[in-house]
Amino acid sequence: MKKSTMTVQEMPGAAAYRPTPPPAWKPRTDPAPLLPDSEPYRVLGTDAAGRLDAALMRRLYAELVRGRRYNTQATALTKQGRLAVYPSSTGQEACEVAAALVLQEQDWLFPSYRDTLAAVARGLDPVQALTLLRGDWHTGYDPREHRIAPLCTPLATQLPHAVGLAHAARLKGDDVVALAMVGDGGTSEGDFHEALNFAAVWQAPVVFLVQNNGFAISVPLAKQTAAPSLAHKAVGYGMPGRLVDGNDAAAVHEVLAEAVERARRGGGPTLVEAVTYRIDAHTNADDATRYRGEAEVEAWRTHDPVQLLERELTQRAILDADAVRQAREEAETMAADLRERMNADPVLDPMDLFTHVYAEKTAQLREQEALLRAELDAEGER
Amino acid sequence: MTTAAKTGAAVTAAAAKAAKPATMAQALGRALRDAMAEDPAVHVMGEDVGALGGVFRVTDGLVKEFGEDRVTDTPLAEAGILGTAVGMAMYGLRPVVEMQFDAFAYPAFEQLFSHVARMRNRTRGAMPMPMVIRVPYGGGIGGVEHHSDSSEAYYMATPGLHVVTPATVEDAYGLMRAAIASDDPVVFLEPKRLYWSKAAWSPDAPAAVEPIGRAVVRRSGRSATLITYGPSLPVCMEAAEAAGAEGWDLEVVDLRSLVPFDDTTVAASVRRTGRAVVVHESTGFGGPGGEIAARVTERCFHHLEAPVLRVAGFDIPYPPPMLERHHLPGVDRVLDAVARLQWEAGS
Repeated sequence: MKKSTMTVQEMPGAAAYRPTPPPAWKPRTDPAPLLPDSEPYRVLGTDAAGRLDAALMRRLYAELVRGRRYNTQATALTKQGRLAVYPSSTGQEACEVAAALVLQEQDWLFPSYRDTLAAVARGLDPVQALTLLRGDWHTGYDPREHRIAPLCTPLATQLPHAVGLAHAARLKGDDVVALAMVGDGGTSEGDFHEALNFAAVWQAPVVFLVQNNGFAISVPLAKQTAAPSLAHKAVGYGMPGRLVDGNDAAAVHEVLAEAVERARRGGGPTLVEAVTYRIDAHTNADDATRYRGEAEVEAWRTHDPVQLLERELTQRAILDADAVRQAREEAETMAADLRERMNADPVLDPMDLFTHVYAEKTAQLREQEALLRAELDAEGER
Repeated sequence: MTTAAKTGAAVTAAAAKAAKPATMAQALGRALRDAMAEDPAVHVMGEDVGALGGVFRVTDGLVKEFGEDRVTDTPLAEAGILGTAVGMAMYGLRPVVEMQFDAFAYPAFEQLFSHVARMRNRTRGAMPMPMVIRVPYGGGIGGVEHHSDSSEAYYMATPGLHVVTPATVEDAYGLMRAAIASDDPVVFLEPKRLYWSKAAWSPDAPAAVEPIGRAVVRRSGRSATLITYGPSLPVCMEAAEAAGAEGWDLEVVDLRSLVPFDDTTVAASVRRTGRAVVVHESTGFGGPGGEIAARVTERCFHHLEAPVLRVAGFDIPYPPPMLERHHLPGVDRVLDAVARLQWEAGS
């Protein structure tokens, strides 16, 4: 038998043989349009502030004042033992509020545990928003009723949910955009990468809002990433990255609104990095003095989102003293109502433990339910 | 011949023609197809499930029939696959997700444990997770490292998940239909080495779908009960046949559903026989057999003539293919365990 010593040129189909194989990669596209600005985008204190929408800005301001008061009230509730824990968004109210205001009724918000304010700004009852942190149940509201996903504690794991929901809505032909919130630390998680990649491949109508507040509990951004900015990460997925001053409420609103609009008209996902600062500790259980100096915090207090907007709007006569006073009064009313309702002990039924594990209780759960019921009967609680 | 008789004969002939041998992989694929045809909310997604039809060809032909919007080749990222499926289920779809191999499902564990299993509970029932997570599992196919794990204990230990595994072609179809119809998330463990097992099975007259959570007695016997599932069922059936020569009349229970666990069927069998051996490929220590033995002992203590024994995989990382036959529970090891069930009085 003849030994097989055919060269490539002698093989069948040799006429079509090319020394260069067909490319297994897409033609490279120019990444420049995807790149974020070199500096965070700002509106307040710039010429762009000359074209602010007065009605929108007044609403934004009122929500910021209410949001700040919500943060201080929730923090106070931890000291009174009414909340198990509170991860404050003080200093980040511009991001929280803008994320809620750019969405339409049918859109979805995917908050992390630090984003209860965004849920409240979207219209959720603060008591329901704080249920997780009070500890009487994991989620205090019906996500479908409010189109707010459950507050997510495992970092970045809510991002693929946002992508899947937006993708499903688009498959059904529904006009729905999902906005997902994550912190700087969360961008190191694998789920952040996978969510952005899926979103870009599927061109899902999603907006990813990264609040870069400087710290993942105690770890500063420099130990989290070597990227030029977090917004630059977008380029690798083939989506635009936007860098914005997260304490400039007008700028955050504008950038997010553009990203939402882009997603809505089929333009695909956007990654927005909002540079902000976590004025409070990670939670009330954290001691921030162990990892950062007071001077740094003080410097950021002079770049406060509520004050920045109030100064600009007052200078431009969009806001007058009456409007400021009214916003503060409304915030106090909200806080008083929240305080009063959170001071009431929640009514808990221990038998609820077994109710929603499965659509139907398993035989094993029925046995365990009977055990607990017997214990409660013995205690005379029921 | 009357018209009715003629029609009857034709039907019988048609049924005989239809009931040609089908493999478990084909039955699973047919179940997916039928569920997709019935309910537009059912979507199939995973790695290579489209044009290729899955590495085991379970999804063969689905993309041609239903299109890429419903049969989606995803990026290669298991957490992303399951995570986006969560979002799709939140929006009312019923995703059927394929994890390509048992050991490749591990990156998706956080999504499975922290979200899929808990979403109904954390939202007080407002947001159930009707989805199926298909996981080809187990060894015996000569797979190299990371292709032969039996990971059922991890899933069983996670409240909120159903865990089922077929051992026959009929059950592959019936359990898959039940899993897709379930409003709870179902981890559907597909025994790789039974994918090509055949049975005379007609896709036009599939057996009635039993609800998830029912074990079945595959072989009646009086001497002892072999409790098993998935890839170990054929081993136990063969062992039971061989045991006849030793004078043992073995009963074989196929669990089919690990969660919920059918205590009733299992305990009734062991009370009849008085002896039990649990057989599975998964590791013995911390494996399903420990839970099953405990449950049997709790319920049947006064009926037991001997301790409940386990025949399991060794407590080792899954071995390389040239050594796996020493690891997998085989007929001899099962019979050896049966022999140790204290048959002699006073032993």
